[in-house]
Amino acid sequence: MSTCPSSSASAPVHHLLDALHNEISRSWTLMEVCGGQTHAILRHGLDQLIPRQLELIHGPGCPVCVTAAETIDRALQLASLPEVILCSYGDMLRVPGSGPDHLLQARAAGADVRLVTAPLDALALARAHPERQVVFFAVGFETTAPATALLAHQALSSGTQNLSLLVAHVRVPPAMEAILAAPHCRVQGFLAAGHVCTVMGRQEYEPIAARHRLPIVITGFEPIDLLEGMLRAVRQLERGEGRVEDAYPRAGAGEGNATARALIEQVFAISDQHWRGLGVLPGSGLRLRRPYDALDAEHRFPPVPRPDPDSGAKDCISGQVLQGLARPDACPRFGRGCSPERPLGAPMVSSEGACAAYWRYRTRA
Amino acid sequence: MDTPLEFPCPISPDDGPAVLLGHGGGGLLSQQLLERVILPALGTGGGVLLDAATLSSEAGQLAFSTDGHVVRPLEFPGGDIGALAVIGTVNDLAMLGATPLALSLGLILEEGLSLDTLGRLLRSAAAAAARCGVAIVTGDTKVVERGKADGLFMTTAGIGRIPPGLAIGPAAIRSGDAILVSGDLGRHGVAILAARQELGFSTPLVSDLAPLHGSVQALLDAGLELHALRDLTRGGLAAALHELCRGAGLGGLVHEPVVPIHPAVAAACELLGLDPLTMANEGRFVLVLPAPQAPTALELLRQENPSAAIIGRIEGQALLLETALGVRRPLEPGRGEMLPRIC
Repeated sequence: MSTCPSSSASAPVHHLLDALHNEISRSWTLMEVCGGQTHAILRHGLDQLIPRQLELIHGPGCPVCVTAAETIDRALQLASLPEVILCSYGDMLRVPGSGPDHLLQARAAGADVRLVTAPLDALALARAHPERQVVFFAVGFETTAPATALLAHQALSSGTQNLSLLVAHVRVPPAMEAILAAPHCRVQGFLAAGHVCTVMGRQEYEPIAARHRLPIVITGFEPIDLLEGMLRAVRQLERGEGRVEDAYPRAGAGEGNATARALIEQVFAISDQHWRGLGVLPGSGLRLRRPYDALDAEHRFPPVPRPDPDSGAKDCISGQVLQGLARPDACPRFGRGCSPERPLGAPMVSSEGACAAYWRYRTRA
Repeated sequence: MDTPLEFPCPISPDDGPAVLLGHGGGGLLSQQLLERVILPALGTGGGVLLDAATLSSEAGQLAFSTDGHVVRPLEFPGGDIGALAVIGTVNDLAMLGATPLALSLGLILEEGLSLDTLGRLLRSAAAAAARCGVAIVTGDTKVVERGKADGLFMTTAGIGRIPPGLAIGPAAIRSGDAILVSGDLGRHGVAILAARQELGFSTPLVSDLAPLHGSVQALLDAGLELHALRDLTRGGLAAALHELCRGAGLGGLVHEPVVPIHPAVAAACELLGLDPLTMANEGRFVLVLPAPQAPTALELLRQENPSAAIIGRIEGQALLLETALGVRRPLEPGRGEMLPRIC
């Protein structure tokens, strides 16, 4: 009998903490890009154990949080069509579009919305329901894009007529560039998500580190991995270095997965993408390229006009939270009219969102 | 991005005008549905909600409880809806220290349900009742059209005798009390998720479904002063401790590393992004009693299940979890939805 396997033995953790405390000589600010890392940091309380001089700010790396409201509106429209089975990942189903509605509510109202854990489940659904139109709402970073690409490839090569894809995939490097270009950016180094690098390798980060002369450390998700990543980033900063470093070698992040990358390139072309809270980021998205664009749900179904989106709560600062410009608990609405039960912004909705992590793991006054 | 952008906030003032599946998950949504809709409509005042009500009669104190059972699949590793319907109500009664006297069984059958299946599930219910030493004394049967029920739904109600002088409940909880669990957590939830074959994983685990009144009786026979008991069903340990602490007006501290979780449960939860402390159980309970009596209680519980553990104590005003690294954070109840995360 044991506890959760992620609660690593504490001796190596304390060893790394001691090293961080001993080696840091001034204030530094790091951003962990990935929402999964944000949650791990807060769940294990690492933010309370690291030196005060080391500030962690939380990046936009929750694919559910950054999926554009209008794309969710489109998913809601498609789900409302009687012939459609709309399927997506679990935490996508709770995020509202521009209005208050989300896909779980659409399901309660009669839409056929299904939770899948792998894109190929959508192909199985399409085969099981030849009289219906199955739409896979594809979200996620480079980690989930290869599986979506595989779905598109298999659907096209098998001639499946009743499957289409609503694609909202996003790419990490353009978001890092956008954060660094923001006028109030305080980020001095990045912890890069190890699982993204397992697919994409480190090469996309080299030009960013070189151009901005800042450390980008590829980091895992256990306490020991996260602390190792922080320590290596701090060491680089203390020495005035700025390069890509792999603190997660067991995931084989260095080269990435060439097969998965080739599949992404075969199926997708790079496109501009609207990020919720960040706006349109050039080259930050993926769209289906020929001949796979025959599967694009945007084209298969006629557009339905929708009323102007709700402008929303003015004092919610989730846009700044997503850019790492403000911490969730700096928001005037955090815990005052905004909670996971009554979210005002996407980072409070998603299980990977930074606001939800603060709500869940931080002791509230 | 010249300036920090105004963020078009998705306003979600509440979860809308309709019931969502999450309202049945035993988490915050369930609590809200009770407090905002069900209790006001019934004109039932606040107070502490327990698994069973205590009724006074000339014959002494009686416990009364009812439970609806909807589970898919109807038969799962370690049990089925028939056994679940009986044991669920027996366990609700046991949480007041009551010995079950009689049960009712209501059936809502879907047109098309195989009579073989129905017979098998009813024999399973009868076997569970015999195992618990209680008779099913009354019942009801309804049939609905195909597509209007998931094969069948079962409701049970039960009545039990509470020994004289016993008043187990959150009001008896005192600061400094020990918190124990009767075994490792989350097996039922993980076994059901795997049995549905929708999430693409399999597990060697079977449901922990088991009657609890024997364990409770053993604790009572030992003369232990049981302050509060709660069976850990939907919502898991997190929901149960929240309800107990809320009822007591106190907080608690749970030590995460000593909460017993089977490695297969931990691995499944890690993979799916679920929290084992919110996973459902059907044969586990949490016990609150004076700290000096905790070792005796633990010894008795371990005779039934070696993974029983002392996991924390009642203290302060907030319910907190202390992690393996010694950091304290709130122990939040789940919302009630099981939504595997994306990555």
